[in-house]
Amino acid sequence: MREELIVSGRANPLIDPHLHIWHWQIPLYLFLGGLAAGILFFAGLYTIMGKEKSYPAAVRRAPLIVPFVLIIGLFALLLDLKHKLFFWRLYTTIRLESPMSWGAWVLMLVTPLSFIWAAIHIREIFPKWNWKFRILIILDEFFTSQKRTIAWVMTIASVILGVYTGILFSAFNARPLWNTSILGPLFLASGLSAGAAVIMLFSKDHHERTIFSKIDIVIIVVELFLIIHMFMGFLASTQVQIKAAELFLGGPYTASFWIFVVIMGMIIPAILEVLELKKFKIPILIPATLVLFGSLMLRFLISFAGQESRWLY
Amino acid sequence: MRYAMAIDTKKCVGCSDCVVACQTENSVPVGYCRDWVVEVTDGTYPQLEIEIRSERCNQCDNSPCVRCCPTGASHYAEGGIVLVTPNKCIGCGACITSCPYDARYPHPDGYVDKCTFCIHRVKKGLEPACVAACPTKCMYFGDLDDPNSKVSEILKVRKYKTLIPEAGTDPQLYFLI
Repeated sequence: MREELIVSGRANPLIDPHLHIWHWQIPLYLFLGGLAAGILFFAGLYTIMGKEKSYPAAVRRAPLIVPFVLIIGLFALLLDLKHKLFFWRLYTTIRLESPMSWGAWVLMLVTPLSFIWAAIHIREIFPKWNWKFRILIILDEFFTSQKRTIAWVMTIASVILGVYTGILFSAFNARPLWNTSILGPLFLASGLSAGAAVIMLFSKDHHERTIFSKIDIVIIVVELFLIIHMFMGFLASTQVQIKAAELFLGGPYTASFWIFVVIMGMIIPAILEVLELKKFKIPILIPATLVLFGSLMLRFLISFAGQESRWLY
Repeated sequence: MRYAMAIDTKKCVGCSDCVVACQTENSVPVGYCRDWVVEVTDGTYPQLEIEIRSERCNQCDNSPCVRCCPTGASHYAEGGIVLVTPNKCIGCGACITSCPYDARYPHPDGYVDKCTFCIHRVKKGLEPACVAACPTKCMYFGDLDDPNSKVSEILKVRKYKTLIPEAGTDPQLYFLI
């Protein structure tokens, strides 16, 4: 039997990992970024496929909220910074090794695109909308004529944005719970699922809702697969990663993760969507809200638990 | 040139003079520190062993903090020392999260701060404040590329370890055991 006791004389509560450095701002932003990526992905995809007419909510209505989603997310990111007035330093350099640098530049691309996309579809909710200045009318016409190109860029950029929200965490090998590349696809899938949920909320068309219900079910199955895969990977890995996985397998985060994220955020909405496809009457609000809630909780729990996982020494 | 430090865990008594010397030399704000003392008790009573370590930034050769910094504020300086340029740092916290040794802290002025191996003293030919202040002389500082430096000499004759080398950071803080 071996007992080990570590008494630390460090007089600095702020470097103690239990007092994590990243609070609510980062997970909230990761959720909103993933959601924006999800909506823009479907908007771009269905435009490229030439199905704008049959998917009005996905292509035209849901993307109208994306600029607001991104602004709230960027504001949360700004609140996270301790040296706020220096935020522009992100844009004086490109650092390929730093996921945060990637994220900053992708946002620089996606945010204006989301504004353009919302602007050329604004007549969807304000049919009598008129741009006051001539230059805006010209720009509107120009961007409308370039819609397909924008859709291509948007689709690709939104996949990078979605993956980046996960890679941001997985690049840190100091936090063993995050140090798995599965977080990239998992957060992308979670973002797409949240995007599909918002599109369902905006959709008035039965056919479109049914398609997005089906898409959401497939994504949820993929997410469940990725989560199982993630834990299998952890348990077959080093001691620190086994310890990290135990935070969710019997540790302090077990109940919140499996109940909020897996059961409420994935399994129940998937069952409700299947029942809906089987012609049961289920208000779309319930599965959609649950998916959004689960997606948000996933970011929060992975962020907080990850900062508690550490190398043992 | 490759600056490194060796700390004798057999001689260290955990007095924390190094911590105070550092705080004084570098005007570290109250409540924070760039170095700290860890005591590890190992074994089952009555066969107990104690190890005392004065820890600080490991000035890694493969620093996760430099890799993840989005602005380039964290960088390798002369002699492999990892430094932060305050007016490039946006205080995003990525480096604090990325450090397996938790060696960094957010300075109240907004930027992230850490041990510099007292580079301002070293340039003048002095030892880092912690090394100079150590009453048991358990710390050795110098250039690893110079075979006659204090740190090279002691590493030649003593057994040593580094902290969590399996994290792939290639730390340059050696603990003599």
